[in-house]
Amino acid sequence: MGQAIAFYTLAAFILGFAVLVVTTKDTVHSVLFLVLDFLFVAALYVLLDAPFLAVIQVLVYAGGIVVLYLFVVMLVNLKRPPEAHHDPHRRTKLGLFLAVAVLLELGAIAVYQTTRPVLSVPGAPMPVTGNTEQVGWLLYTSYLIPFEIASMLLLVAMIGAIVLAKREL
Amino acid sequence: MITPTHYMLLSSALFIIGVAGVMMRRNIIVIFMSIELILNAVNINLVAYSSQLQNAVGQVFALFVIAVAAAEAAVGLGIILAFYRNKETVNIDEMNLMKW
Repeated sequence: MGQAIAFYTLAAFILGFAVLVVTTKDTVHSVLFLVLDFLFVAALYVLLDAPFLAVIQVLVYAGGIVVLYLFVVMLVNLKRPPEAHHDPHRRTKLGLFLAVAVLLELGAIAVYQTTRPVLSVPGAPMPVTGNTEQVGWLLYTSYLIPFEIASMLLLVAMIGAIVLAKREL
Repeated sequence: MITPTHYMLLSSALFIIGVAGVMMRRNIIVIFMSIELILNAVNINLVAYSSQLQNAVGQVFALFVIAVAAAEAAVGLGIILAFYRNKETVNIDEMNLMKW
């Protein structure tokens, strides 16, 4: 019962702030709503017994990525709001229609999924207990190569961002 | 009782809000934030099933998604800054330099 209340409260906050992120006219407010949204998603991870991921969500998303967004919003000083420019080719209604179509498709998949039992796939027995230990153990054994590739990807992204944002090399 | 279907519906709703944002807004920074919402929806799904199946692999994949999102944000915002310096706009309707 308590879990249900927590889930519905968090879901309402997550969806409400997501709608605000998309609809707010002021980009700075939009970024701030995004921080709140990420924090509530982190709370949902705690509810799902993934405390390590919740901390990573707060550190990387709410702490790192959103600050990057705020910096760019502040640097890109908008004298003329971008939505004021009207393009005759712009089809907002078509965009909304496509989004609703994807929603219906996902709903159909969800309804179909309820008719089938969820298969239980127990993971390989792990020599460690505890959420952080399990994630760390998996990262450094079965998923060592993807982990190293992810670090390489981040290095390349860092160099790319510096090259792109620098005025002249 | 909260089943994985509940989490799936939540994540698909979040995904749709992100898709609607990508389709309907013209400000490229808001479009990038909508993409972050979409990636978060995927992560909720991964973690929900990881918790349901008692298998931490879903959380490992969610970590990889977060790493890719960080890389995407860094490079994408670099591109936005470089574009803004040339064209003084963040409206995607005016970003048609490479369009035939």
